Amino acid sequence: MVKRGANSVVKMDTSGVFHRDINARLRYAVSDGTQKIELRNVYGQRYIGTDLDRPVEIEIFGTPGNDLGAFMDGPRIIVHGNAQDGCGNTMNEGEIIVHGHAGDIIGLSARGGKIFVRDDVGYRAGIHMKEYQDKKPVLVIGGTAQDFLGEYMAGGILILLGLNLSEGEPHKARFIGTGMHGGVIYLRGNVEDYQLGKEVGVAELEENDRQILHQFVGEFAAYFGYRAEEILQGKFTKLFPRWLRPYGRLYAY
Amino acid sequence: MKTYLPAKFLIERDPERCIQCQVCVNQCTFDTHYYDAEDDEVRSREENCVGCHRCVVFCPTQALTVRRNPLDYRENYNWCPEVIEDIIKQAETGGVLLTGMGNDKGQRIYWDHLVLNASQVTNPSIDPLREPMELATYLGQKPERVELDRESSSLKTELAPQVKLEVPVMFAAMSYGAVSLNVHESLARAATEMGTLWNTGEGGLHPRLYQYGDNTIVQVASGRFGVHPEYLDVARVIEIKIGQGAKPGIGGHLPGEKVSAEVSVTRMIPQGTDALSPAPQHDIYSIEDLAQLVYALKEATNYTKPVSVKIAAVHNSAAIASGMVRAGADIIVLDGLRGATGAAPKVIRDNVGIPIEMALASVDTRLRQEGIRNQASIVVSGGIRNSGDVAKAIALGADAVYIGTAALVALGCTVCQQCHTGKCAWGICTTDLALTKRVNPDIGARRLANLLRGWSLELKDILGGMGINALESLRGNRLHLRGVGLTDTELEILGVRMVGN
Repeated sequence: MVKRGANSVVKMDTSGVFHRDINARLRYAVSDGTQKIELRNVYGQRYIGTDLDRPVEIEIFGTPGNDLGAFMDGPRIIVHGNAQDGCGNTMNEGEIIVHGHAGDIIGLSARGGKIFVRDDVGYRAGIHMKEYQDKKPVLVIGGTAQDFLGEYMAGGILILLGLNLSEGEPHKARFIGTGMHGGVIYLRGNVEDYQLGKEVGVAELEENDRQILHQFVGEFAAYFGYRAEEILQGKFTKLFPRWLRPYGRLYAY
Repeated sequence: MKTYLPAKFLIERDPERCIQCQVCVNQCTFDTHYYDAEDDEVRSREENCVGCHRCVVFCPTQALTVRRNPLDYRENYNWCPEVIEDIIKQAETGGVLLTGMGNDKGQRIYWDHLVLNASQVTNPSIDPLREPMELATYLGQKPERVELDRESSSLKTELAPQVKLEVPVMFAAMSYGAVSLNVHESLARAATEMGTLWNTGEGGLHPRLYQYGDNTIVQVASGRFGVHPEYLDVARVIEIKIGQGAKPGIGGHLPGEKVSAEVSVTRMIPQGTDALSPAPQHDIYSIEDLAQLVYALKEATNYTKPVSVKIAAVHNSAAIASGMVRAGADIIVLDGLRGATGAAPKVIRDNVGIPIEMALASVDTRLRQEGIRNQASIVVSGGIRNSGDVAKAIALGADAVYIGTAALVALGCTVCQQCHTGKCAWGICTTDLALTKRVNPDIGARRLANLLRGWSLELKDILGGMGINALESLRGNRLHLRGVGLTDTELEILGVRMVGN
């Protein structure tokens, strides 16, 4: 089933192939120095790309299952379809680009890498993302998100664009940034105060923020065929952690 | 606000013996002893004393005695000093009472109500000094049956990854940040020397200790601190931590001041930031989700190492354990009511969870009834104090045990329960570089290895007395146990008979 093309693109039809076998073949291909892999007919197989630690490009056609790229360390995954739950779970490095929707807890505890989702995501997106030294995870969501967006966030950049909301329609997520103690969230569109967690503050954009948005919205637009300038013209709100130690005053010693 | 808290301890300094050398001043981390320059005399502030006895041990002339302050309030069984003082602390701070170590309350210790058997007349006992005794234990999923290739006399059945322990006692999860790097190194080196495993806890693994990877269990917990591909690759076993006996259902907050430059390297978070471990793992809300993480970790390490799942022993442990085994856990860890911690809300530590003996017995029974006991090894922890407890745990059905408090006591801990303050005078539960030097890894590893050696010799004596020569013959063999002073219900859950029966 593994075919080698002339330009060293490995193509795999994964219809009916168990996730363990897919990953075994991916490991084999990557250890062989393959630069590009195409997976066709993906039907919900989990953990794709989990054990890969090299910058290989994996293009997925179909619907990958949960934990896509979990613990991943370097590859670039492009999904032509929807991703499910746990996409980019505890990712260390790499890139995931989803031409569609993604499920719950996308980017959970990610420490590095970038995730771009064209449409909507589920609950708890970007929960407990971190950053460390030169590692700073970036999660850009084109559509909107469900509750607990950026919960417990400890680092990284989370951008929610709301491109599929109609004029003036607010985001629906509640408890945004609950327990947040690091990183930053940029929201395009409207949210009411009651939708925000107690631990986040709201601020206007500064020059530094505009540069960040310019870069990552630019990348997002290039991947999905949008015009970055149009997106950037929208109204952005910056959410930041009000305290670096939200739970510092809980205890009697 | 003036504190109404009285001193917990009285310090007696024998003026005949005290030579004003100030060792006590330098050893105390709670500012109890001080040198009064005006009077040229060493004095003590008793209200600061936590009763750790560091000064008593290090006083060169044995001039110090630290005794409990009798606190003779009017006698009242209900309103005892501890209850009164807890209320005072909260009235003065308005906070959650924090504490360290394990539950110190008087719930029944079942180990002390179980006795072991020995051979007399009808079955000869064995002298372990003259005959080989086998303590080796293999952790990991065991096959339903094994098939041999008769031609080559080799095993046809493909075995799941197994880990061999020379002694069925491992060091429990204690994170770097809670304990010091020197403690980690002591544990790692002792585990390596004695052929057992130590556990990183949820704080990552310092690169300096990667060399001990073959004897290391790495933890993946709700904060995912320090979890990265190399961390998973270097380990012998990966453990998913759902809960711990000292604080079932509770997350953890490592305060920013404990996240030093070195701690920040292993946790992979910036220096000085709080390390917040959420209460649940947010990708695990069900047994199915647990299975997902178990297999994500197996995929991430190409099925080369066992995956362990640790829970606190709670009311429905048996049913939960069954789910854990079905979720693909190769090892399940039960941490009981007396399991310790670097910091936990006191009300949780002292009131939540069940004794490990009961949890172990009910889980082992349940897995046997369901015919899945072979699919996972059982490891228990939370209050294992000596080799007698180990032998009883194995007879009740455990494959191995974890020791945490006992290991720290070997390093000097006197269980003063001040771990949460970060001021450990014994240099164990602290990241203060001046204090962590008090544990020398050469000496620490020696003390820990000595402890395991002592327990191994005792276990062999216990086995020999029973007339058996392999720990495997004791495992789950509850006929070697009898209960004393227990009710019928307790005996039934433990699956042991009354003494004399």
